[in-house]
Amino acid sequence: MTKLNINGKDREISAAADTPLLWVLRDEMGLTGTKFGCGIAQCGACTVHADGEAIRSCVTTVEMAQGMRITTIEGLEAKHPLQAAWERHNVPQCGYCQSGQIMSAAALLATKPKPNDAEIVEAMNGNICRCGCYNRIVAAIKDAAGVAA
Amino acid sequence: MSGHERIGASRRELLIGALLVGGTLVVGGTPALAAVADEADFVAFGPFVRIAPDDSVTVIAKFSELGQGAQSGLAALVAEELDADWSKVSVENAAADVKLYARGGFGIQLTGGSGSITDSWDQLRKAGAAARAMFVSAAAAEWGVPAAEITVENGILSHAGSGKHSGFGRLVAAAAKVTPPAEPKLKPASAYKLIGTNRVTRLDARAKSTGTARFTQDVQSPGMLIAVVAHSPRFGGTVASFDDKAARKVAGVVDVVQIPSGVAVVASNTHAAIAGRDALVVQWNDDKAEKRSSGAIAEQYRAMAHGTEAVQWAPFDQRGDAAKAFDDPARTLDIDMTQPFLAHASMEPMNCVALVKEKGAKLTFGCQSQTMDQNVIAALLGCDPSDVEIETLPAGGSFGRRSVATADYQKEAVEVARRMKGRPVKLVWTREDDMGGGYYRPLTHHRARVAVDAAGYPSAWEHRIVTASLMRGTPFEMVIKDGVDSTGVEGVQGSPYLKATPVVDARAFHPETKVPVMWLRSVGATHTAMMMEHAIDQLAHRAKVDPVAYRRALYAKAKAESHLAVLDLAAQKAGWGKPIEKGWARGVAVHECFGSTVANIAEVSLVNGEPRVRRVVVAIDCGIAVAPDQVRAQMEGGIMYGLSYTLFGDVKIEDGIVQNRNFDGYRVLRLEEAPIVEVHILPSTRTPAGAGEPGTPVIGPAVANALLALTGKPTTALPLVKA
Repeated sequence: MTKLNINGKDREISAAADTPLLWVLRDEMGLTGTKFGCGIAQCGACTVHADGEAIRSCVTTVEMAQGMRITTIEGLEAKHPLQAAWERHNVPQCGYCQSGQIMSAAALLATKPKPNDAEIVEAMNGNICRCGCYNRIVAAIKDAAGVAA
Repeated sequence: MSGHERIGASRRELLIGALLVGGTLVVGGTPALAAVADEADFVAFGPFVRIAPDDSVTVIAKFSELGQGAQSGLAALVAEELDADWSKVSVENAAADVKLYARGGFGIQLTGGSGSITDSWDQLRKAGAAARAMFVSAAAAEWGVPAAEITVENGILSHAGSGKHSGFGRLVAAAAKVTPPAEPKLKPASAYKLIGTNRVTRLDARAKSTGTARFTQDVQSPGMLIAVVAHSPRFGGTVASFDDKAARKVAGVVDVVQIPSGVAVVASNTHAAIAGRDALVVQWNDDKAEKRSSGAIAEQYRAMAHGTEAVQWAPFDQRGDAAKAFDDPARTLDIDMTQPFLAHASMEPMNCVALVKEKGAKLTFGCQSQTMDQNVIAALLGCDPSDVEIETLPAGGSFGRRSVATADYQKEAVEVARRMKGRPVKLVWTREDDMGGGYYRPLTHHRARVAVDAAGYPSAWEHRIVTASLMRGTPFEMVIKDGVDSTGVEGVQGSPYLKATPVVDARAFHPETKVPVMWLRSVGATHTAMMMEHAIDQLAHRAKVDPVAYRRALYAKAKAESHLAVLDLAAQKAGWGKPIEKGWARGVAVHECFGSTVANIAEVSLVNGEPRVRRVVVAIDCGIAVAPDQVRAQMEGGIMYGLSYTLFGDVKIEDGIVQNRNFDGYRVLRLEEAPIVEVHILPSTRTPAGAGEPGTPVIGPAVANALLALTGKPTTALPLVKA
């Protein structure tokens, strides 16, 4: 048994140390908001926070996650301003990438509450959206951050 | 909970009400309803609307949610005519039931062809209007006032004279007993409060912003097994032998079974199933497999198009005498365009949960073509299609892929599940399975020879298309006529440019293919729009005529009014003809498909040798825009999708094996490459037409045309950025 801190709680994990955190979250903990998209840290659908930083849970093993505070979309502060902005801008289409998008954006705003365009691109470029909601993602981040569109 | 009991009682009343009047309770004109009047899920307001004692309105969507947002539009059609409170409206996926939920024309339950709103336009407005009339009638009886004096607004029925008012909920039981009107009266467009406004928001936005939307990948149930399948690396390869000793030793692996499409590793969790497959050793028999490269296939198609490899051409547009039309080489332009295999690459890889029962099966997944899937699975299991129950979930993207005529991955899930009887099996495709699994937009070669008159406009147009048939072997085979698959030529066939040309000789050839192919968002237009729109700019360039002016002349000749209207609107909004910074150029393209005409004007530069698109102005004529913000979203998304494949899309096959099976090798558009998209919707009174697909194919040629303006060089092959 391994201990992981997930969404503020210490949890006993039965998965082996080399298991990607993604599958522990989804299959063992039932936290299915974090998505499987590529398995090789290319698409960002599996983004969670580790000690507040956006990481790809598909390439982060249980062993690596030990001792870190892991936050998933389910553990994001209730009614996060980004989620309200996402709704206002009708951002999602298929929606499958949006947990990862929001987790990347939340990590950005936690360190840079008023990001500029370049900072938004840098934080969000690792998150693919095949429906192409990019314009609205940027608009919603700016709206939540209270910076001019 | 007492609320539950109350709802339960009313539900029984609803069913009693339904039984009293039997099959006459058809709302929305679905005659087949009478046949299922005794089914438990029968509801008083017809198969599309459910109204509960708590005032909530549930719209049953026969069209799946794949990201295109049509379900919000469907709900708006009902809510408008019902005068419902939009905040109390939700959507539920319909059961798979071809009798109740077939779409017009196709005769099957399927989401595609950008037709959800068009198909539902009358059906759901009538469903809403009929239910409204039933409530008005019930209120009139209860209040003892004339029905004509009752108004309904925002979910509240009122009678001004008596001061009486009520929500729907309190009147549900009484309204359910009212015979619905045979021809419910529909509102004039001038009375719309919801349709055509930005009040029509995405009803799934919250669930999809909080991680609570439930996709196929998220389905979990007690005893459920996960299956990951080792597939032949080559299309057409089969299992010769396999060694599963190491796979079976992986903790969590439950079983390893051979199925027709490969070897399935079945495990108690996803990671174990993937690890088990990694440990599997399979020998493949490639005797009948495709062993060529995509480059070799492209060369062969080019040779066919140029007549160096003889093929049996099938004509689809022939007018005038082409024999001597191309005699003057000084007035003839040769145009070639090679376009590669494309993967749909939705964010959620293909997957399906299947439970095989004693009789039939239950499938739970992001189903796009319920009837096709039911038919394939029923044939496999030897049961009736109605014994294949499908619970449709939202799909994490599709772009056409989930509506596959062979039901390849659905069938695979059932093949595993029938060997694990009684236990649900979630088939999971990894990204590599998804991108390497075939069913691509086919590789296509277009060749045209265009002769021009003294003013530089087409006098004769010879066109050859080599592309594998999408419809051969599918339930839609009837669209293949005299050797021409209309979905492979649409967009050349029917082009206003050909209409404006006196001599035309257009033919197609559909080679057999071992690489599985199928439709991809906007179907034939994915390649025909690129060819036609870029050809027109090459002709305008040669004639030294402005590309917008050149198009206007041809549209006028072809009486292409919609094309003219969107072209003018886009040109005006984009500032066409106004100066632009050095190193930047504008490119224009216009294309009509799925009943809608779209113009794009793109601002393009070359940055480190790669096209950089910073702004795209869109004008669309889609008839009445039921949900304007969703039309805009589909234009934005369609442009990103089309730009992605135009810049980067290319499934590379070497020695029969797909080389780029994940996003590291198959590049897709990222946020930094996304242009700002500005959408303008042409006001219209026409029946709503498509929005999901028409935005996709126009950006590619707009970019190629901007590059032509920048560099003077035409594009002859895609993608624009070579890996």
